[in-house]
Amino acid sequence: MTGSTVLGSLSAPHRGDLGHTRAIALTPVSASPVYLDAATAAPLHPVARQALLAALDDGWADPGKLYAQARRARQLLDAARAATAETLGVRPDELSFTPSGTAAAHGAVLGGLSGRRRVGTALVHSAIEHSAVLHAAERHVAGCGTAAEVPVDRLGRVDLDGWAEAVRAPGVALAALIAASHEVGTVQPVAEAAAACAEAGVPLYVDAAQAVGRVPVPAGWSVLSASAHKWGGPPGVGLLVVRKGARWESPWPADDRESGRTPGTVNLPAVVAAAASLRAAAADAAAEAARLTPLVDRIRARVAAEVPDVEVVGDPHHRLPHLVTFSCLYVDGEALLHALDRRGFAVSSGSSCTSSTLRPSHVLEAMGVLSHGNVRVSLHRETTEADVERFLAELPGIVADLRAEAGVVGL
Amino acid sequence: MTAPAEILDCRGQRCPLPVIAVARRLPELPVGTVVRVLADDPAAAVDLPAWCRMRGQEFLGTVTGPDGPAYDVRRRH
Repeated sequence: MTGSTVLGSLSAPHRGDLGHTRAIALTPVSASPVYLDAATAAPLHPVARQALLAALDDGWADPGKLYAQARRARQLLDAARAATAETLGVRPDELSFTPSGTAAAHGAVLGGLSGRRRVGTALVHSAIEHSAVLHAAERHVAGCGTAAEVPVDRLGRVDLDGWAEAVRAPGVALAALIAASHEVGTVQPVAEAAAACAEAGVPLYVDAAQAVGRVPVPAGWSVLSASAHKWGGPPGVGLLVVRKGARWESPWPADDRESGRTPGTVNLPAVVAAAASLRAAAADAAAEAARLTPLVDRIRARVAAEVPDVEVVGDPHHRLPHLVTFSCLYVDGEALLHALDRRGFAVSSGSSCTSSTLRPSHVLEAMGVLSHGNVRVSLHRETTEADVERFLAELPGIVADLRAEAGVVGL
Repeated sequence: MTAPAEILDCRGQRCPLPVIAVARRLPELPVGTVVRVLADDPAAAVDLPAWCRMRGQEFLGTVTGPDGPAYDVRRRH
């Protein structure tokens, strides 16, 4: 999908070609695209674009060197770190920029475990962590560590009693809890989970990829990660925050950059753009949440009312302002994604047929909700009420057509 | 556990096909009948119990035998 988008923009100058005109004429629907997959990657914030272009001219040198160009790059990096730390409410030296949110999550898990290996080798995590966290957990287990998974309820909320019990067990080195589910939007009881961790003396890692730049993250964590392209920054920038006093040891080969927490030279122009856009997104977060929450509520209500046999999933109240998920009974998720794409709607799915592994989403599985015919809609600062209305107007017909084609109407 | 009266072989079928097969067959059988669904798509383990919940039918459990994963469903109404 990404490849064809890139090719599409590369071929834009040939818009007047006969071939292209014919292609448009043959396409049954020429609806303008509506991008509803911000939880994967939000469109680049205009502030990010501006900062990126400026930093390409000014921030190409290695910030670690001792000459004028490097000092300029160092100033940009320091300013980006200071601004980002201020937004997150942390000290600048607690924050490292990583090459991605995934790298930050891997580093958070493996480094948190490594730093406490004298205490034990057990990792506690919720059943609905991002796959980046789960893959790091798999690596830990393959290296003779252990991992205990704490279940969630039907709404996708972690079982707090189970959590408290799991972190109290002997030999727990680290506990990992996602701030809010990236698949169903349910906000997790981070403050309560952090209190249980504090009581047990176990550091808490919070994957805040869907929260940072949108909703406040409760205090009490020791390690946090985030990802710039979720808030409108460029792809390829992650945040790894390790609080002072937290035991964390780099799982990577030694490198002195970024406080030794992540190897390699940072992509400085992208980091500058990430920092600038985070500041802008955080400044608008409350207003954006107030604007998007009713749109998400409208999607939840209208989909449930107007699409027969649909299960709208996730906590109806304690949820992210921009993300909504539902599953349509008897509908093939991949067919639904393609049908929506043909009408110009870009969404994600947790259905097995849409994943490279052909397994259903572990999040939907953990919640015990329908996994086929699944759609995740996630809104962003450019999403308009008209976009949502068009989606809601077209969805029932699209689902009905797919059910009619499959011969499952009335089942 | 009640022995299944019928076996629906949905091996090799991707979800939602196993769920559709049960939804088609169960209403044709008397109330109380147990149907065993053989399905190797991992999504069936999630979607068959979810379908039972949505439709008010009874999911009896998963039985993994020589034919792979199997799921027992009882018609309740």
